[in-house]
Amino acid sequence: MLTVSNLHAAVDGKEILKGLSLDVPAGEVHAIMGPNGAGKSTLSYVLTGRDGYEVTGGIATLDGEDLLALSPDERAARGVFLSFQYPLEIPGVPALTFIRTALNAQRRVRGEAEISAPEFLKLARTKSAELKIDFDMLKRALNVGFSGGEKKRMEILQMAMLSPRFLILDETDSGLDIDALRIVADGVNALRGPDRAMLVITHYQRLLDYIKPDRVHVLAGGRIVASGGPELAHELEREGYERYEKAAA
Amino acid sequence: MSLATAIRDRDVAELPGKRDEDWRWTDLRGLIRALPEPSPAFEGEVGEGVFDAFSADRRVLVNGGDATIEVAGGDAATVALRLVSRGAGAHTSRVTLRIGEGARLRLFETYESDAGSVAQASLTISLAPGAALERIVLTSEDAEAVSVSQAEVLLAPKSRFSQTVMASGARRQRLETHVLHPGGQGAARLDGVYLVAGKRHSDQTTVVTHASVDGVTEQLVKGVVRDQARGVFQGRIVVEEGADRTDARMGHHALILSDRAEVDAKPELEIYADDVACAHGNTVGALDEDALFYGRQRGMPEPEARALLTEAFIGEVIDRIEHDGAREVVRAWAAERLRA
Repeated sequence: MLTVSNLHAAVDGKEILKGLSLDVPAGEVHAIMGPNGAGKSTLSYVLTGRDGYEVTGGIATLDGEDLLALSPDERAARGVFLSFQYPLEIPGVPALTFIRTALNAQRRVRGEAEISAPEFLKLARTKSAELKIDFDMLKRALNVGFSGGEKKRMEILQMAMLSPRFLILDETDSGLDIDALRIVADGVNALRGPDRAMLVITHYQRLLDYIKPDRVHVLAGGRIVASGGPELAHELEREGYERYEKAAA
Repeated sequence: MSLATAIRDRDVAELPGKRDEDWRWTDLRGLIRALPEPSPAFEGEVGEGVFDAFSADRRVLVNGGDATIEVAGGDAATVALRLVSRGAGAHTSRVTLRIGEGARLRLFETYESDAGSVAQASLTISLAPGAALERIVLTSEDAEAVSVSQAEVLLAPKSRFSQTVMASGARRQRLETHVLHPGGQGAARLDGVYLVAGKRHSDQTTVVTHASVDGVTEQLVKGVVRDQARGVFQGRIVVEEGADRTDARMGHHALILSDRAEVDAKPELEIYADDVACAHGNTVGALDEDALFYGRQRGMPEPEARALLTEAFIGEVIDRIEHDGAREVVRAWAAERLRA
């Protein structure tokens, strides 16, 4: 599914990713853990093509296709979805309008017919009920005045409706209380499947109690410095990142 | 100094220009070297108007002329008023509107041209106590046209005046509204949108004078400028001595979508009374790049994401239009211009 090899990337001329390599096969969930400033969010933005994140070397492919050559919207149409650490507020655009515009744009790129209005509303009702989101909230401007937890749930709702193949969750647990975390994790787990893969970026182990990873990687100093099974997350929780930061320095 | 007298006297020395403080951003004297010939009377068809569906009472002034619209006390009326220029001549129009006590008028007003005409329109609008006017102005001007509209609005106690001016510019375009507000629980709303592209210029100038107590004014003007276009907003609210308990709020916000586009804004509050609630906000900036990336990450191609965000930006003004049908005409007009 996702292959990243010797990836280098800079922001404002400062190198943040320094030769990062990573393989996430279809059907697997990989966690990326690391200290603040390790490059976790940079990785998510480089993979999704945000302006200002300059790739200076290396490759990233999705099912063999060069991701880095595609625009952000082309990557989205290929199934790449980023759940933002801080979801944006979009004044004046109802959540339903935003999601339908995105869904239809993706469908057009893939040569599919646009979704009909009744079909879309049915999908929105079903998925919002699953995520315990009040449907009327979707008529309001996206994320405007929403609490941190509501914004995160709205990200998962978009994920559920857009049905992406490769999911990147950037600090999805931040700002969530335990009930919201469970709802969000259930939503994410419902999307697990043999044709999908996920990259779960987190600072804390807590989220991984709910979204159980197949592999855990430690990102420090712009590179993956250690990889292991789920037990690695517990070790990091106990012992911290210090020795990896030293190793990366 | 006025365009109307300049056209009447065929004298460019009468044109307002950058030495006139209120015209410094819309300099007609520097622009017009010689006034064109007076427009000939027009005999042909002008086609349908965009608001025809909402009114059987249609007034069409082609290449100038006079019109009077009166609504008797207690009546309700809807009028589609079209000020049309055909050809590249010069002309003036004069429209008088009188709205009787407790009467209600919806006025759908359009400015249309097809060549480098020089046109000026004067509107004199008076509202009797308890009268209501919703005025929607929509422009569809030629890129070579010069068009100036000047409205004088006289409110009365407990009258309500709401306007939404939707402008897409011309070679020079100015839509000016002066409101004399006697307070007395009268309310004025002066909203506007300018969407200007190419080398077009659009100026929205408003002056509201609160002459007595208990008046309300609210204003929200939004602009989107692209290419080498220029948007001008001048909003002045004057609260005269003794006009206590006036509540006046003004907002102007513009998006500049290219390096060579320009917005000039002058919001002014002149307050000579003590007990008032007045506020103004003014912002000029670019589209939020983070929001743009958010939309693109979800799959929207960049032009579509931009259009969605700019439509939402001006949507706040359009949503305030009271008449359902007109609101959707205006929304479609804006979408067409933003997606062009």
